[in-house]
Amino acid sequence: MRLDGKGQINRDTPVRFHFNGAPYSGFKGDTVASALMANGVKLVGRSFKYHRPRGVLTAGSEEPNALIQVGEGDAMLPNVRATVQEIYAGLETSSQNHIGPLEFDLLSINDLVPNFLSAGFYYKTFMWPRGFWEKVYEPVIRRAAGLGRITHGASPEENERVFGFCDVLVIGGGPAGLMAALTAARSGADVILMEESADLGERLLSDGELIDGLPADIWVDETVAALRDTGHVRIMTRTTATGAYDGLTFGAVERVGSHLPHTPDLPRECFWRIRARQAVLAAGALERPIAFPMNDRPGIMMASAIRTYVNRYGVTPGEKVAIFATNDDAHKTAVELIDAGVDVVAVIDSRTGIQAHGDYRLHHEAQVISTKGRRGLTELTVRSGGSEFRLEADCLGMSGGWNPTLHLTCHTGARPVWNPDIHAFVPVDDAIKGLHPAGACRGTFDTAGCLSEGVEAAAKALKALGKRVRRPDLPMAEDAAGATSPLWTVEAKGRAWLDFANDVTTKDVRQSAAEGFKSVEHMKRYTTQGMAPDQGKSSNIGALAVLADVTGKGIPETGTTTYRPPFTPIALATMGAGAQGKGFAPERFTTSHKAVTARGAPMMEAGLWYRPSYLPLPGETHWRQSCDREVTMVRNAVGVIDVSTLGKIEIFGADAGAFLDFLYTNMFSTLKPGRVRYGLMLREDGHVMDDGTTACLAPGHYVMTTTTAAAGAIMAHMEFVSQALRPDLDVMFTSVTEQWAQFSVAGPRARELLNRVLDHPIDNQTFPFMQCGAVKVHGIKGRLFRISFSGEQAYEIAVPSAYGDALYRDLVARAEALGGGGYGLEALNVLRIEKGFITHGEIHGQVTAFDVGMQGMLSKKKDFIGKAASTRPGLLEADREQLVGLKPVGAVKELTAGAHLFDRDAEPTRLNDRGYITSVAYSPTLGHFIGLGFLRDGPNRVGHHMKIVDHLRGVTTEVEICDPVFFDPEGGRARG
Amino acid sequence: MHINCPHCGDRDQREFSIRGHGTGLSRPKGETWSDDWNDFLHIRDNLAGRIQELWHHGGGCGAWLVVDRSNVTHEIFGTRLVSEVRS
Repeated sequence: MRLDGKGQINRDTPVRFHFNGAPYSGFKGDTVASALMANGVKLVGRSFKYHRPRGVLTAGSEEPNALIQVGEGDAMLPNVRATVQEIYAGLETSSQNHIGPLEFDLLSINDLVPNFLSAGFYYKTFMWPRGFWEKVYEPVIRRAAGLGRITHGASPEENERVFGFCDVLVIGGGPAGLMAALTAARSGADVILMEESADLGERLLSDGELIDGLPADIWVDETVAALRDTGHVRIMTRTTATGAYDGLTFGAVERVGSHLPHTPDLPRECFWRIRARQAVLAAGALERPIAFPMNDRPGIMMASAIRTYVNRYGVTPGEKVAIFATNDDAHKTAVELIDAGVDVVAVIDSRTGIQAHGDYRLHHEAQVISTKGRRGLTELTVRSGGSEFRLEADCLGMSGGWNPTLHLTCHTGARPVWNPDIHAFVPVDDAIKGLHPAGACRGTFDTAGCLSEGVEAAAKALKALGKRVRRPDLPMAEDAAGATSPLWTVEAKGRAWLDFANDVTTKDVRQSAAEGFKSVEHMKRYTTQGMAPDQGKSSNIGALAVLADVTGKGIPETGTTTYRPPFTPIALATMGAGAQGKGFAPERFTTSHKAVTARGAPMMEAGLWYRPSYLPLPGETHWRQSCDREVTMVRNAVGVIDVSTLGKIEIFGADAGAFLDFLYTNMFSTLKPGRVRYGLMLREDGHVMDDGTTACLAPGHYVMTTTTAAAGAIMAHMEFVSQALRPDLDVMFTSVTEQWAQFSVAGPRARELLNRVLDHPIDNQTFPFMQCGAVKVHGIKGRLFRISFSGEQAYEIAVPSAYGDALYRDLVARAEALGGGGYGLEALNVLRIEKGFITHGEIHGQVTAFDVGMQGMLSKKKDFIGKAASTRPGLLEADREQLVGLKPVGAVKELTAGAHLFDRDAEPTRLNDRGYITSVAYSPTLGHFIGLGFLRDGPNRVGHHMKIVDHLRGVTTEVEICDPVFFDPEGGRARG
Repeated sequence: MHINCPHCGDRDQREFSIRGHGTGLSRPKGETWSDDWNDFLHIRDNLAGRIQELWHHGGGCGAWLVVDRSNVTHEIFGTRLVSEVRS
């Protein structure tokens, strides 16, 4: 029901929205919770396990009950707290966790069998029969349990991620936070002030206090104006600090557009990572419920939340309100309600000898022992002294005291400490270095104390920053927090809820302890208390108090469970903002990218690079058609492929040769200018790391190529070797991968093609195999390397990247005139398998030089990385799996990579495993499949017949072991 | 976590990658397999507390650093270039 003259909602701007398909009207500034309340809606959801009717419990992000689905289609977001979601025109919301209408949830039958669903029921009930789990139990449970529904498509709404930096981050915009921000900003610090709700002020906006003689909301407005005047404060409202991480880095979610109708280009939320030099935590405190029987009916809520609804939203959750209190603070609710003209039935206080704060009926030493009302509270039973009586009420505000919101101080591992004076956990000193708690989050509950602690926390931060502190004048405010006396549970018949979100009662916690789950961490997992979206914000302390009571340990000895980020749930789409789809990883394109995609080439990823699989011609319908054609084209004429993705590292210095000698297993200091050599690199553990060619361009000047995949790792390796192991060597190097566009031109007509683009033609005598040198290409300075990965007469020609696109197009056009053309990675792979050349398919990290038949490349004349380890006896055993070639010889003609090798008559089981296949291809040159693989004692088994078995694809093929070089073993074609 | 690169200043952890314990700097002399090599490659004390680690500023200047830090609290006590540690 709306209250006249109350609240900060904008009554000039009505807003229409939907809940469960029905239209409702609220005002700008309303949350879904306050707007539904104004419309008399009390039932907003069903509980997790028993499907009991539930209403709004709180007025903040800690809400366990009022979880709703927001939005439509793939934009729908589940488990949104109705107490946080602001309404806007056209907003679509719905309740969740029920079958059929909310009022008549079919699953509320669960509520009739609570004993069946008590703590640990999953573990006890669904044990038998075993086969039932997957087919019966799990689908039923998944349908019945859980909260919101998940969408399957990607959300069409955008989120963003942002990085922020500041001198002082102030978390919380209540009295402590405002004073901390003002102190820091006036002292010249750059400040970010973060506030979870839409407006600064927090409890000051709810409690109807006076500050410096002014209504608190006016003082807040003046303070905010003063903050803005400093020019040093970024005020972020609707922003929740979700986590504290190493080095005073904080995660935060800013609700940018989620409170507005969909606006193009406006993100729904921003995920912030904020690096603060110092921080002040002024996160306030959360009021805790009391576990009395049937305390979960719609209409029963936190006493402080009622004040918030009255004073911020101008709405009352009931017309006849009772208060159940253990402390003075809750009496304020009665005073505020009476001031707003709402009927206060009674204040039921568990303590003795207290005074009423206003004109209402007060019951001392009294407790609520039961309630009635199926879909909303109608009546409560009170026990006072020895007597019991009933009260009619449609709303009950409860207050068991306050728990400091210290979560962020524990995110890096600190544990809170129990303060017996206020019956609450408070942050341990220096829980996080540089994060200074102030106000209610460290257990200071009076407003004057919060104001002054805000100043002092900022002063500590400023001193740490070496700044002079300019303290603002402290305003006058209430300096008494009021007395409190703890009451965790009410002893009476009936279920008393601790965790509303996960339907955990005091009985469940007691049962957990009785069954041996006495540690707080065990109890949590056994009962699921604290494991719902609210992460037990309203129930953790109450549950451990009950556990402490059963086990006979004190609350401090029982301890809390671990506080972990995030403080409030974060949508995965928000946390992963910018990283969906193409945002997941950067894309690297070669200079020929446009030319090959224009030809319809399907692209494949090679690390971050995109390379063409093949270049289809019109009429080709299967990749193998294109691939076979391209292979044949290279073998018979000429093909062109972009090889720029291979790592290129340019090395300079008097000791560059010695440096290469140390990196590679074989000798490079003897390489003459104008020559290229193949090299093998090991890791220090003696296994192959990478291979490639290095060219000597001039004395003390080399250019190394690495494989595409290993380029970054090799660069880091070389930096380590240079800086850490061989700082004595005079050598400099840098990656030039992106500076040069490099194309392989391969095939019997390769030289003929090259001589059409080179300013000065070459011949086989002056530019033999493994030669390199500077050339001019259409007048452009380039580099030519005569190296071959196909076994054909082949060259790699490099020009500055700016000319890559033009040269690729020119080379392909000229190749086509010679009966050739461009080719892709599939054909490149077939060509290299035909020649037995290895890639990272073979040098996969577990093979040695010995395994790939390159033991001879391990120089005995010098030290190199991996030399000592390569001499380990185990790495040289004959029965190691060594590189071989394979071809099918039986009825089945197919080979598959990943298949394992077995003796022909052996059972294909692990114990009989003799090796495995790493690469296969159909060779159009040879007319059958060929493969490379590793076989125990492989070189000595050439000519043997074995079988390969691929259990995954169901392929068994008889093969002949052969030499890994299938084509032109003498290598005459490359030299021609 | 932030690491103070001697070249680039205080930089976000994401610019760095870790190689492992600082033992990696003490490469044995011999060119054949030995206990020293075994220790160098495989044996680490795996302490909880203050340790010396090798980090690479691959997203920055390319320097290799010895980072003196606690693997319990993640506090960093200092960073040095490996080339300076060696000399």
